[in-house]
Amino acid sequence: MPKQSTDVRPGRAGAIAAAVKDASGTALLALGLSFPILALRTDQNMANQLVLDQRWGYVAVAVALAFLARLLYLLRLGFAAPTAPRIATPDADRAPLVRAVTIAGVVLLLAFPFLVLAAAGPTGAIKWIDNFAIQILIYVMLGWGLNIVVGLAGLLDLGYVAFYAIGAYAFALLAQHYDLGFWVCLPLAGILAAFWGVLLGFPVLRLRGDYLAIVTLAFGEIIRLVAINWVDLTRGYAGISGVPRATFFGLPFEDSEDGFAAFFGLEFLTIHRTIFFFYVILGLAAMTNWVTLRLRRLPVGRAWEALREDETACRSLGINTTNTKLTAFSLGAMFGGLAGAFYVTSRGQGFVTPESFTFMESALILAIVVLGGLGSQVGVAIAAIVLIGGTELLRELEWMKQIFGRDFEPTHYRMLIFGLAMVLVMIWKPRGVISTRMPSIFLRQRRAVRADLVGEGHG
Amino acid sequence: MEYFIQQVINGVTLGSIYGLIAIGYTMVFGIIGMVNFAHGDVFMLSAFIALIILLALTQILGITPLALALLIVLILAMVLTSLWAWAIERLAYRPLRGSFRLAPLISAIGMSIFLSNLVQVTQGPRNKPVPEILNGVFTFGDPAGYTVTLSYKQILIVAVTALLLAAFWYVVQMTSIGRAQRACEQDRKMAALLGVDVDRTISLTFVMGAALAAVAGLLFMIYYGVVHFNDGFVPGVKAFTAAVLGGIGSLPGAVLGGLLIGLIEVLWAGYFSNDYKDVATFSILVIVLVFLPSGLLGRPEVEKV
Repeated sequence: MPKQSTDVRPGRAGAIAAAVKDASGTALLALGLSFPILALRTDQNMANQLVLDQRWGYVAVAVALAFLARLLYLLRLGFAAPTAPRIATPDADRAPLVRAVTIAGVVLLLAFPFLVLAAAGPTGAIKWIDNFAIQILIYVMLGWGLNIVVGLAGLLDLGYVAFYAIGAYAFALLAQHYDLGFWVCLPLAGILAAFWGVLLGFPVLRLRGDYLAIVTLAFGEIIRLVAINWVDLTRGYAGISGVPRATFFGLPFEDSEDGFAAFFGLEFLTIHRTIFFFYVILGLAAMTNWVTLRLRRLPVGRAWEALREDETACRSLGINTTNTKLTAFSLGAMFGGLAGAFYVTSRGQGFVTPESFTFMESALILAIVVLGGLGSQVGVAIAAIVLIGGTELLRELEWMKQIFGRDFEPTHYRMLIFGLAMVLVMIWKPRGVISTRMPSIFLRQRRAVRADLVGEGHG
Repeated sequence: MEYFIQQVINGVTLGSIYGLIAIGYTMVFGIIGMVNFAHGDVFMLSAFIALIILLALTQILGITPLALALLIVLILAMVLTSLWAWAIERLAYRPLRGSFRLAPLISAIGMSIFLSNLVQVTQGPRNKPVPEILNGVFTFGDPAGYTVTLSYKQILIVAVTALLLAAFWYVVQMTSIGRAQRACEQDRKMAALLGVDVDRTISLTFVMGAALAAVAGLLFMIYYGVVHFNDGFVPGVKAFTAAVLGGIGSLPGAVLGGLLIGLIEVLWAGYFSNDYKDVATFSILVIVLVFLPSGLLGRPEVEKV
């Protein structure tokens, strides 16, 4: 293919003119879209009345961006050579490399707290382990849990946060009222969440895709509203506080005679607890991954993937779709519940309120799964690291504050960007940006085209 | 009795707003079989657009006659919201026709998240108190006992809703645009073969749904006197519930469902508990979908392979 810059095809000037015209149209559209909502900001004055703040500069920027984006897109589209779709081949020769990277990653993860401790000292390291590593791992676990439901079984669950909430509340209530320890409450919270998954899933799982999404959304909201309004049990908006924190198999993390530090003859540091939590969530996430990987090889896992590809065909082949969906749904719920219980004792600081379980939280977990690649374990983990770690990192950056003002809060912008990214991913790479997960088993010989190049159940 | 009448008046008012939003859900579902998840946020966006234009008219341009200002706001909000809906359909939904099953739905959810956060970022996260307009009320009943009040706002809402529904009904039933829409709803491929521009018809369906949502947004803003960037979520789900209850795909069903949901919500809050009124609506959604998936006026769905 000749270089694009020297390519003098007939009608090139015409193509550019057409592209400019088209981009002008886009710019005009951007003007129309941004006119009221971007140009005029409503603000309250001292008398609590709304006044308008005019910001035409933003509109100009938006219009210019729309124009340029559309122009570049059209020019690229007009002159780029049509590339033949690549056929994915399973690379057997990459297996040792993958194995080496995996082992290196696991070793790095296991050593992470001590590396950070050595680099940043006991006070500086808490931020990196707690804000970054533990938070990311919670989302990795939630992403993997939801991945079973959405990625493997193809059930769009918009209320996943409900099970996170059930796990959190179950843990808080059990620990407070029955004085049970962390290691007893954790599995109980998981089992309760799985039970609720069955209970909620049983009536609704025969609904078709979009209905199921809405119903799970409604469930998520119902759980949150009940948590707000059942004040006798949950103390409403105030939340449950003072949940006993996790202990190291009976040794509390406190500065006392029978504390963890004294028992091992160490100097008391709050970071001991943080490091302990890191290993707990690492173990929980590893368990989620391990269970998923194993189940994917079992008939039930194969049935999930088949269900994702074509439900009608599954039913014709005699797979009990309701039971198959139910196992995926309740298993996902269980991992959500475990993550919820862990959240209360670690990052929640023994405190749980309904505010942590809004729809936006579900949406964030869904964004992780979608952007990571439906069904792909590695993709979801990377997406969680990038999305959650990226947001935390943005919060740290000083120069961002200098550009956007002192009260710059990246979490406001992150859902804006993730929402748009979800749309773009669906348009360009619907099977995921970071990684693609094909069904574990399918007929290799007779397929002329890759599975993701054709619509579902055809070809 | 007076209390009941009062609740019914409030319920019908609220139900009108839900009905207007529900039409957008039901039409889009009828024609392309997808739940337009972003519709609730389009409604919220339209409320903000209406608020901003109202403020711009009164504060910057100094248009004082209220009726004139409201009329301009109504028209501009309808046009600008339709523009948004058109752009959303073009950008986020059209490229996904024929993609895998969950793709349009995930795209719609992404759009919904984008819209609510866009409004949060551009307009700020706080509640926006709307300037007080149309505050008059009619009062009926024994002045000593419980009186029934009917506010100008409520009359406006019901009147505007009835008027627009009539116009809308005319467009769908009597014009060539409506005929094309109904044809696409029955069989898109056949309609295309017979010369119907399917893409244009689908765009138009989104635009019409958004225009009605814009009316709902304006009325919602005036009625409640406050708007918030998260206001699209719960009314959106409730309007979807209304569409499902009435039978998704059915236009009279959407209006009927809207009125029923409005009445149920208000009566539940009036006689049982205000705290659990949303739980009641969401439970209706689940119950209807599980036990009566074709709704009150809908056709039973046939699964095609």
